[in-house]
Amino acid sequence: MSVTAGSDTPARETDVHKLDRVVIRFAGDSGDGMQLTGDRFTSEAAAFGNDLATLPNFPAEIRAPQGTLPGVSSFQLHFADYDILTPGDRPDVLVAMNPAALKSNIGDLPHGGILIVNTDEFTKRNLAKVGYEANPLEDGSLAPYQVHQVAMATLTKGALEETGLSKKDAERAKNMFALGLLSWMYHRPTEGTERFLREKFGKKPDIAEANILAFRAGWNYGETTESFAVTYEVAPAKLPPGTYRQITGNTALAYGIVAAGQRAQLPVLVGTYPITPASDILHELAKHKNFGVTTFQAEDEIAGIGAALGASFGGALGVTSTSGPGVALKSETIGLAVMTELPLIVIDVQRGGPSTGLPTKTEQADLLQAMFGRNGEAPVPIVAPCSPGDAFDIALEAVRIALTYRTPVLLLSDGSIANGSEPWLIPDVATLPDLKPTFASEPNAPDGSGEFWPYLRDPETLARPWAVPGTPGLQHRIGGLEKAEGKGNISYDPDNHDRMVRLRQAKIDGIRVPDVVVDDPTADARVLVVGWGSTFGAIGAACRRVRAQGMRIAHAHLRHLNPFPRNLGSVLRSYDRVLVPELNLGQLAMLLRSKYLVDAVSYTKVAGLPFKAEELQSVFTDFLKGADAQ
Amino acid sequence: MTAVDLGLPTLGGLDGVPTTEERQTAKDYTSDQEVRWCPGCGDYAVLAAVRSFLPALGLRRENIVFISGIGCSSRFPYYMNTYGMHSIHGRAPAIATGLATTRPDLSVWVVTGDGDALSIGGNHLMHALRRNVNLKILLFNNRIYGLTKGQYSPTSETGKITKSTPMGSLDFPFNPVSLALGAEATFVARALDSDRKQLTEVLRAAAEHRGTALVEIYQNCPIFNDGAFDVLKEPGERERRIIPLRHGEPVRFGPDGEYGVVRDGDTGGLRVAKVAEVGEDAVIVHDANAEDPSLAFALSRLGAQDLDPTVTGVFRSVSRPTYDDLARAQVQQAVEARPGDLQALLRGSDTWTVAG
Repeated sequence: MSVTAGSDTPARETDVHKLDRVVIRFAGDSGDGMQLTGDRFTSEAAAFGNDLATLPNFPAEIRAPQGTLPGVSSFQLHFADYDILTPGDRPDVLVAMNPAALKSNIGDLPHGGILIVNTDEFTKRNLAKVGYEANPLEDGSLAPYQVHQVAMATLTKGALEETGLSKKDAERAKNMFALGLLSWMYHRPTEGTERFLREKFGKKPDIAEANILAFRAGWNYGETTESFAVTYEVAPAKLPPGTYRQITGNTALAYGIVAAGQRAQLPVLVGTYPITPASDILHELAKHKNFGVTTFQAEDEIAGIGAALGASFGGALGVTSTSGPGVALKSETIGLAVMTELPLIVIDVQRGGPSTGLPTKTEQADLLQAMFGRNGEAPVPIVAPCSPGDAFDIALEAVRIALTYRTPVLLLSDGSIANGSEPWLIPDVATLPDLKPTFASEPNAPDGSGEFWPYLRDPETLARPWAVPGTPGLQHRIGGLEKAEGKGNISYDPDNHDRMVRLRQAKIDGIRVPDVVVDDPTADARVLVVGWGSTFGAIGAACRRVRAQGMRIAHAHLRHLNPFPRNLGSVLRSYDRVLVPELNLGQLAMLLRSKYLVDAVSYTKVAGLPFKAEELQSVFTDFLKGADAQ
Repeated sequence: MTAVDLGLPTLGGLDGVPTTEERQTAKDYTSDQEVRWCPGCGDYAVLAAVRSFLPALGLRRENIVFISGIGCSSRFPYYMNTYGMHSIHGRAPAIATGLATTRPDLSVWVVTGDGDALSIGGNHLMHALRRNVNLKILLFNNRIYGLTKGQYSPTSETGKITKSTPMGSLDFPFNPVSLALGAEATFVARALDSDRKQLTEVLRAAAEHRGTALVEIYQNCPIFNDGAFDVLKEPGERERRIIPLRHGEPVRFGPDGEYGVVRDGDTGGLRVAKVAEVGEDAVIVHDANAEDPSLAFALSRLGAQDLDPTVTGVFRSVSRPTYDDLARAQVQQAVEARPGDLQALLRGSDTWTVAG
């Protein structure tokens, strides 16, 4: 073959269709490298300048039995020439590497959609394994789709024949063949992937070359065979000017913690126990010791947060990261941080629950745990990012609150933000907030006794002084027992306890947070949709679609869940109806109803998957019709 | 990077902690809080020993921190005029680990009890020991739950009648020294609340050890387990039962050193023998610095739940890099190799630009 991959446009004359957006889903066995394939295509789309959003979906088992339905791993990405908000509802293109992947994903492919199938895996045995009685490639059941049957494994092995690799090793590169083919179809740049493969397999140059050969073979297959008559172009998106990179939520969150440590001029101690889907935050932070970040992989969740709190007591920025089950274990220490009034960041990357639940799937069902999951009156501020990139900003915001108000802060991310990715406008470090805290250095007793009172509060913030060990003359003892206001000695006095409980509550209630901004383009909507966290994209996209049909709808998205923005009550009251879509059974709705006495209506889903824009569009449309009928 | 090739200088437990020329007394370490343990509680003796031995270390008081869990002994920090945290049940070693890792200029002490350290906090204790964080853990062992009013503890002797075990406790107890040695501890000692001299010696050795030092202190609870250690205090019985360990010396005890500890050919362990019968050369010489913990472990196995005999002193004191020193060295190494450039980190390697 004389054509080399990497040219910007295919040399063969094909019909080039211009599209504004495309959703591609790669699906295969969990050993087929679908996450890597999707990730690379994402990087290519990002490098090309498309806006994009991704949704990885993989089993909790590291290697479920090969070729089975539970072993299917998929990666969906949505790229467009405009600013998109979600990873897409349904794929326009489905790449199915085996019968299991076909069976579990074909239901999502709309009729007329493109299906690219790796035929090599469609053996009798593999078909039987997933319950296909007849071969769907032959029985006509795929007639509604544009099917491309490609013997990817055979073609890959053929392309690698001269490399001397074993057939088994050669076949493993078939995911790169698929990537090459898709890259050709969508006119993607290829240099990045080749460079990436050389770096990834730097220590195994033969494997790197094999993957590059397979990638090029996929490209060339599209180029030279006549089976693909059409290729597609998706122009770069018109995003706000600046320099962009692609980022996942977990990476953005980790960067936010690094940045917060720098802006606060504090060493960071991350005390953490591995847990899906939060472990990548630990992995990322472990790479950045050169920013004064110490990562401590503890013996359990409790020790992780304990070490973080100990570090905070010593004047460092203590951070712990986990998922819902871990928060349950950390609850008592969060209560201790409430009582000792020390800064602490608790990151909860929510997953399907209860108990072990669905470790690799997403859910928003820890809101009430974050809000109330402790003994006694133990208020804790809660913030939540609304997209992968926003996880960076929300980490800085969590640290601002923790340091200003001397309190633990719960940061609620979730599985879809953690592993999802999007283009991120790289912030200018100089514009990041100054988070430098003030430490106590002098005795502060108002009675002139020269004593240090650890529970004498700042009249504005109600925060107590942060006096770290090593400061002469400020020796004091804190702990979980109730303390006397001001002096901070143990106190069982009823009036003091009543007052301290109310002071701790007032401190959290009084935290200054930005007003919520309502997206109501026509400014005359009567229905308001309120969401929080990762549903931002799906709600926003659904609102756009509803508005495109001439209806009016407003959207408010909460990044601060405790305390709520000050203007939230008046915002809620200024609409006739309020709808709250959540990936739980109505936890935010419950809080809004109890706090604001507003008749908020819940729309809930707990399927381990994000909302689809299409689904919400229909929910919103019905809700608007219902509101009109009233 | 392995744990051993860092070339770290050999440090003492207090290196890096600022000192003072100011003359200190026990009073300087006494807070203004009224001590509220029961009259006759063994905790008073330990508190007095700690307050009076600390001045000799010559440290700045503000650089000493006591962290405790929950239980009677865990009120300890309130009575010390240092920094302190009375935390939650069992978690003090974890909290102290975070503090010690970020603050090499502090002398960090953990005060805990048999329930706090060995029941609810067993996991943290064992991991602190194997990591060898620069912490000193004072384990007050009264073989009972005091603060919850008298339930059996993980060190209570089998068959103990308590409120929660009216027909006798069923579980086999922990031997804290054996447990610590099994958990890779680098410093393990045992002392009695009533023996101020030995307690002070052991505390001093613990303070100067770089790494996790576990000191088990037999402590009397006059309310719920009174007299648990009386046999170790009665004249006559005391000499017959207590085997005090001294590094480099033959392990002998009893009136005029009548008894000695010798190797037991049958079990491979140790046993007590009359020196006159076995000869002086058969008596083992205590080597607390031995890398191999076998002999220290065998010593910890002498004496059972009935305290007959009871080995006290420093069982083991060996040098091994501490977790906190290693963690700080990694950070320092990373900073020196490539100081953090936040803008470069955020930018990463794959970027694209959208023109305005």
